[in-house]
Amino acid sequence: MGAGLESSTTNRSSMRNRLSSYWEPYSQVPWLGWLVSALIATLLEQLIGTPLARVLGLTKPPALFGLVIMLKEPGLIPSALVYVLLIYLVPIGLVARFGASLANKVAARLLDYPVVLSALVHIALLYATLHLWSGVSDYRLLVVKLTLIAVIVTLSLNVVNGYMGEFSCSHPGFMALGAYGASVFTVLLFVQDSRFGPPLLPLPLVLQHVLFPISLIVGGLVAALGALLVAIPSFRTRGDYLAIISLAFMFIVKSLFENLEFVGGPRGLGNQPDLATLPWVFFWTMACIWIINNFVRSILGKALNAVRDGEMAADAMTVNTRHTKMVAFLFAAFWAGVSGGLFAHVLRYINPGTFGIRKLAEVLAMVYLGGLNSVAGSVVGAVGFNLLSEALRPLEIFKWIIIPVLLIVLMVFRPTGLIAFTELDVGELLKPKVKPEEEVEYAAATR
Amino acid sequence: MTFLLQNLINALQWGSFYALIALGYSMVYGVLMLFNFAHGDVFMVGAYIGFFVSSGLLAVAALGFVALPTGVMLALILVLTLIIAMFLNTFVGMAVERIGYRPLRAAPRASAAITGLMIGIILETGNLALFGAQRRSFPTLIETATFQFAGVSVTNKKIMIVLVSLLLMLALHIFVRRTKWGMAMRAMAFDYVVVPLMGVPINLIALLTFGLGSALAAAAGILYGVAYPVLDPYMGILFGWKAFVAAILGGRGSVLGAGLAGFLLGFIEIFVAAIFPSTMRDLIAFSIILLILTVRPHGFFGEPYSARLRL
Repeated sequence: MGAGLESSTTNRSSMRNRLSSYWEPYSQVPWLGWLVSALIATLLEQLIGTPLARVLGLTKPPALFGLVIMLKEPGLIPSALVYVLLIYLVPIGLVARFGASLANKVAARLLDYPVVLSALVHIALLYATLHLWSGVSDYRLLVVKLTLIAVIVTLSLNVVNGYMGEFSCSHPGFMALGAYGASVFTVLLFVQDSRFGPPLLPLPLVLQHVLFPISLIVGGLVAALGALLVAIPSFRTRGDYLAIISLAFMFIVKSLFENLEFVGGPRGLGNQPDLATLPWVFFWTMACIWIINNFVRSILGKALNAVRDGEMAADAMTVNTRHTKMVAFLFAAFWAGVSGGLFAHVLRYINPGTFGIRKLAEVLAMVYLGGLNSVAGSVVGAVGFNLLSEALRPLEIFKWIIIPVLLIVLMVFRPTGLIAFTELDVGELLKPKVKPEEEVEYAAATR
Repeated sequence: MTFLLQNLINALQWGSFYALIALGYSMVYGVLMLFNFAHGDVFMVGAYIGFFVSSGLLAVAALGFVALPTGVMLALILVLTLIIAMFLNTFVGMAVERIGYRPLRAAPRASAAITGLMIGIILETGNLALFGAQRRSFPTLIETATFQFAGVSVTNKKIMIVLVSLLLMLALHIFVRRTKWGMAMRAMAFDYVVVPLMGVPINLIALLTFGLGSALAAAAGILYGVAYPVLDPYMGILFGWKAFVAAILGGRGSVLGAGLAGFLLGFIEIFVAAIFPSTMRDLIAFSIILLILTVRPHGFFGEPYSARLRL
């Protein structure tokens, strides 16, 4: 029996060795390489996606990596798998594998210039990939936009729940404030509306697009103003009062908009101009990641962590705890407001019911899925949750059994989420995985 | 005056639901320092269990094994339903503790709140998947009789609901104050770390706390079904969150406080709905709560707590 156990462990470890030896070449691929190969895969889909789908018996290219099709029509699982394999997995794998050394060289060369250039190249590649990928269908475009917006709101809630260590329930409320603030701004200025009358500032569409960020900032500021109402009473004491007061605040905001007739009351507000294009949503998401990442790595962010880990100790170490918490909370609310503004202009219709308990559960799930106190975790959490949620859509209500069960299992095994308590070092991401001189050695060694 | 009295009676009834649910939140929060976000849905499950138990009992009674006058029979069924549903719902609460909270004892408290939230969603969706989206109407267990006192109409249902909930609250109060188990619960609320070292079985107490709260929630569900005989899978959400706010308003772990705050919330809601348009109910009720919490952040009977250094 002992021997059997031993052999099974050796089997397992040899399997792990073999798996890691397969993975070995891919661990040399820098982010640049992955982005380029993803771009090539999406280009390939543009070129041969539709004919290939026809040949495989699919009516059109699978919208979400074939996930939806697999659940909807189990008979098409093989063709969807083949499609995903041929269009995504094989090209990405090949390009990443064999382009790794070139990508490493380029990434190393890019770092000779200011870091900004390298970062911009990466972001541009990511944008190009998303643009091409979402260009295939409106559904994909919507999913991409909503996912990017979810990234913003998840990050902003992580600032409060993760970095500050309080439990805030008011993010749907801030989103609602931002959504209504931004919507009223754009509808009032740019659009002929039955409720708000003729446009106050009838500008050509191009200028409207240029001025769109102002409306988002207005939305964010409205949300921050609302956050002030929560922050003043709740940060006088420690304890769980932020959770209660923010919860009450969420109900107040929802009820307020239901009673405000000039924004449509419970019927909601529509007719937002179509300004939230993919470039703007992408831009704001990247700006949010960049700014929040810098915020949590700044002195203020470290003070925030100190307040979370021991408020008295932080106070003794000259951290102005109340000021720190206030600033962070208003900052988080601002971004939640921005995401609300974007959300309103993507859907072009909002009603108070959207920003209720269900929204709260979703946002909390995204934060805790990804991981507390981690920018990368929030991105992973938001993207993962949204993809999962879209992929399970054909299951209808069972989706809301599967997702909670998955989340409970995750919480039991990793109570702080997938990628918790990490710092996102952008410089590290941009670096080549293997330095050029090591590359030569590595090639020599493998030969 | 009549207006005031009439609304006072309505508010007593409405507040007893909140009070019963708030007690469950308050006990879990007091003993374990955790938010049991599944509690609103446990209330919903309790109401459904009550619905099935009472329907089953009615069907059995219709077979005619026992010959009793209809009124007595219905009252008996109501009492039996209350007892059976409270008993069964205890296990729902214990399951919530066992699945969602015990594995996360050592985890950050917010993670446990998330599992609670997710269990709540599972309960709602599971109910929807099992029994469909149509609303259920709770069987009539009390023939409504209306009494008139000085222009104020009182139904026997309202009297029954208020009396039963007050009795349950009194029973809980006595349990927590006078029994050994209650003492263990209070001890755990006092010090979570040292008490297990004194031989108090922490897991058992946690189960007991969740179970008791769920029994009260089931009672609230049945009383709600008697008063407003329409059940749907999402009925627990808003009720639960509001009762949660009431529980905190009462003060950490205070049975008396949670009961009082539940009634207070009922009063505020009923009077706001009576005076203003009823769509303003949540807006004004929560604004008042926000004001109260601003003045007394630790609730009515909670201990003040501050993390600021006093030098």
